[in-house]
Amino acid sequence: MFEEVASTEQGDLVINIGPQHPATHGVLHLVITLNGETVKKVEPHLGYIHRSIEKMCESLSYRQFIYVTSRMDYLSSHINNHGCAMLVEKALQIEIPSRAQYIRVIMDELTRLASHQLWWGAMAMDIGALTPFFLAFREREMITDIMEETCGARLTMNYMVPGGIMYDIHPDFCKKVKEFIKHFRSKIDEYDELLTGNIIFQNRMKGIGILSKEDAISYGCSGPTARASGVSCDVRKIYPYEIYDQLKFDEVLATEGDSFARYQVRLVEMHQSMNIIEQLIDNIPEGEIQAKTKAVLKLPKGEFYTRIETARGEFGIYVVSEGGTTPYRIKFRSPGFSNLSALDHIVRGHKIGDMVAIMGTLDLVIPDIDR
Amino acid sequence: MTREELQAALTELQSSLTFEEGGEWLNINAPAENFHELALKLRHTSGLDFDYLFCQTCVDWKTHLTMVYHLTSMTHRHNIVVKIKLDRNNPEVTTVCDIWRTAEFHEREVYELFGVNFLNHPDLRKLILPDDWIGYPLRKDYDDPVNMIKL
Repeated sequence: MFEEVASTEQGDLVINIGPQHPATHGVLHLVITLNGETVKKVEPHLGYIHRSIEKMCESLSYRQFIYVTSRMDYLSSHINNHGCAMLVEKALQIEIPSRAQYIRVIMDELTRLASHQLWWGAMAMDIGALTPFFLAFREREMITDIMEETCGARLTMNYMVPGGIMYDIHPDFCKKVKEFIKHFRSKIDEYDELLTGNIIFQNRMKGIGILSKEDAISYGCSGPTARASGVSCDVRKIYPYEIYDQLKFDEVLATEGDSFARYQVRLVEMHQSMNIIEQLIDNIPEGEIQAKTKAVLKLPKGEFYTRIETARGEFGIYVVSEGGTTPYRIKFRSPGFSNLSALDHIVRGHKIGDMVAIMGTLDLVIPDIDR
Repeated sequence: MTREELQAALTELQSSLTFEEGGEWLNINAPAENFHELALKLRHTSGLDFDYLFCQTCVDWKTHLTMVYHLTSMTHRHNIVVKIKLDRNNPEVTTVCDIWRTAEFHEREVYELFGVNFLNHPDLRKLILPDDWIGYPLRKDYDDPVNMIKL
């Protein structure tokens, strides 16, 4: 049943963190009840960047609504777009050419790498280490440069269209990706040396913010947050899409469920993403990049649901169609929203300094939560 | 379990359930009365074990509202969609956040955007909108001449 709502006693201190605060990585507002330095309760207040994307999408066509989702989880914008394109393809039963499938998967994994790199830097900054932030951005820059060359943008790529991808890859794409992988393989060891083995870092991470397997499932957590608690929930493995079922990679699992496990899962996932890219980059088949689709897309009457694994977890799109050119109702199940709901549970009883570290390992992106 | 097996097992749980044809997963229409009991059975009956509520939302059909629960089982990997028809003028349903805790936030969101009242919810307040907001923005008849941009 419910945890007892902590009552405010005399001597308790209620403080606000955010909406503008560097540790919340965006406009998240937390109302925290403290007893001394111990957290008794955390109440998230959302909505500071709520744009009502779901309502907006009700008046956008099936070609347009894809690009609004870039503005939700802006670090996984490619994967969000991919999910939406897949939903339209699933509903209209469009087969997409294999060249497009390969490029989509490579782009997804590059996005995942870039997202995890930013998380690594930002999380280290939350606990007081500033150097990792600069190191992570140095390598992330290489990925954004590759993206910029092919997609024309660095953050909101808008590269996916129903039926395939918008343009073919840049002639230098494969060469640059291979260079990046080679470079990053040596740098990720540097990440390990700098932070993972550091005893001060380990003391702040191990045994802190434990999320049990049962709680992770009950709170609807997904992605690395849930996998660190031993929940097997990688959409790429369980419900494979595109060509993930032909690829060799492992679902990264840990059992401890603490901050350190969440940290390690993401770090190992970066290795896995590089493995996936290496399997594909030399074998991109020649051919079309887009299947033939009608200029105006009309989804058949009914309900459709697609899920896809973003860097943060399972992103779900639920569309109710009345047979028209726009969705009747659309719901985005964002991974951050469910992961945030577990925050109060795992932070209770910890010190306020640990709360910031725990939030860092949950890898929250606020526009993704607010939508 | 396959679709047919699920349908048979669920009919055994509660005979008043009706099933929809088509769709990717088995769609179930359940009455709003005693929904909490049904939810408990879905969660704890061995063989079903729907322990993961991965999406909970509401649809406004202009004549009525429909709550939609997407459930999956982490052990058996089967999915179902449970739908509950609600009266649009007085939408009420019992909360499920004691069974799936993720529902606490999802229900607060549905409460403010659709105006559905969740009985026995421990903390039913607005989550996203300001406290003094009037109206339910995701309902189809909602109109805001100032803030809404018509495309």
